[in-house]
Amino acid sequence: MLRCEGLTKSFDGVQALVNVHLHFPESGIAAIIGPNGAGKTTLLHVLTGFLRSDAGRCFLGEREITRLASHRIARLGVARTFQDLRLILQVPVLENVLLARPEQQGERLLPALLRFGLRAEEEENREEALRLLRFVGLEAKAYELAGTLSYGQQKLLTLACCLATGAKILLLDEPVAGVHPEMVMHILGLLRQLWQAGKLVVFIEHDLAVVREVAERVIVMDEGKIIAEGPPHEILEQPEIIEAYLA
Amino acid sequence: MDYVLHIAVLIGIYTTLSVSLDLLVGHTGLLSLAHAAFYGLGAYTSALFAVQLGAPFPVGVLAGMVMAALVSLIVSLPSLRLHEDYFVIATFGFQMIIFSIFNNWIELSRGPLGIPGIPQPVILGWAVQSHFEFVFLSTLLASFAFLVVGLITTSPFGRVLRAIREDEVFAQAMGKNTVRFKITAFAVSAMLAASAGSLYAHYVTYIDPTSFTVMESILVISMVIIGGAGSLWGPMVGAIVLVMLPEALRFLGLPSSIAANLRQIVYGVLLVVMMMIRPGGLMGRYGFGR
Repeated sequence: MLRCEGLTKSFDGVQALVNVHLHFPESGIAAIIGPNGAGKTTLLHVLTGFLRSDAGRCFLGEREITRLASHRIARLGVARTFQDLRLILQVPVLENVLLARPEQQGERLLPALLRFGLRAEEEENREEALRLLRFVGLEAKAYELAGTLSYGQQKLLTLACCLATGAKILLLDEPVAGVHPEMVMHILGLLRQLWQAGKLVVFIEHDLAVVREVAERVIVMDEGKIIAEGPPHEILEQPEIIEAYLA
Repeated sequence: MDYVLHIAVLIGIYTTLSVSLDLLVGHTGLLSLAHAAFYGLGAYTSALFAVQLGAPFPVGVLAGMVMAALVSLIVSLPSLRLHEDYFVIATFGFQMIIFSIFNNWIELSRGPLGIPGIPQPVILGWAVQSHFEFVFLSTLLASFAFLVVGLITTSPFGRVLRAIREDEVFAQAMGKNTVRFKITAFAVSAMLAASAGSLYAHYVTYIDPTSFTVMESILVISMVIIGGAGSLWGPMVGAIVLVMLPEALRFLGLPSSIAANLRQIVYGVLLVVMMMIRPGGLMGRYGFGR
């Protein structure tokens, strides 16, 4: 479903991505691992249009998305989170999720001014947003400011926002890093449920135990290249991978 | 009495300006130094429509607003893709260009001589002449600006503007075409400023370029910041304070050369003091200098 061919990107001569080929199925759960600076986040940025690659192409199904603006890629059903959590901390949790709802008439100037049929639409979006907050376990916090949430709860909120866009594909940059163990289990449980519900979940992770726990496929990156790819029980046993990873 | 009513008219005009600028500064997080340019575009367009073409006031106002919206695209299309700081500089440059056009396109604007003899407004047979009627008209205009900005900021459209202010990348990742929202907000803000300019031109019946300098832009920004950016009522409070302040200073009976300078000094001191003791403005919820 989501695939890229020959992605290459360098920053001031430093190669962040070197000829990266990837192909993800319609549904699945995959982890991208690799040492710092391996190009994992750069790959996510390029796939979602936040960075332009120097060469190579990306496709969503048959559709080429290589040069599309990030918001258009998001509208095509690819949602992502950021390592440095990006949220609107100064507004309530619910408003963050409402923002993410797609195709809102009220986001056009004239309907916003004339208020025609806005209430019904807003009510619908509110219900859907609350449903998603219930799914991630933040319903009780819906009316509190996003800034008052714990770090782990903020990660849950970014997940709810991604889901609110209606995305089929979720690209998550370290969804459980820095979160206490109980919350890790909760988030991993959610990711598994999303996979079972037919979504494609791709996440960057450093903790190999986490990767073993949920991923059905592992992509190992180092120095901008994909050095191995396959089921975790095969890949994570290879001594050279472990070595590259720990180096 | 006329003096008090005159102040009330000015408060209406400046409230329109500050509320419309706050749509950018407070609600979207875009600092524009070009508000006086759009104010002037409205004033000049409707003045020329009235003086040269004999067009009725409402036609002139609409023409001014359309003109401001179109010209706002010339600024926003290239510069809203820029980063915040560069956007400020782009609007500053644009303000200077528009001022130069007012000042130098003699055939059209008569340059520094200005345009005299602008007729007072007639709206559907209602001739606005007395100060009292002008107070009514300018209050109406300010209420309109208030309503437009209020409706926008409480709608899903406003939700996206807030998201752009706080974290534009997040808004993009959530599928929002942030450039479209910024261009629209910029155009709406410019149109409201232009309508204030039209009223000003037909109220004082004479305009020249010195009313539309970058200092005027800064005055309106000061109103927004002192009143409280992003708070709807704040800009109005700011407009009231900064319109009344020089009038209050007038009663000190200082010679005009000192009074004019003193006014600038008081603005400056007021801004600095506000930044220190109440960075969110008098009515503000959010600090301006995040």
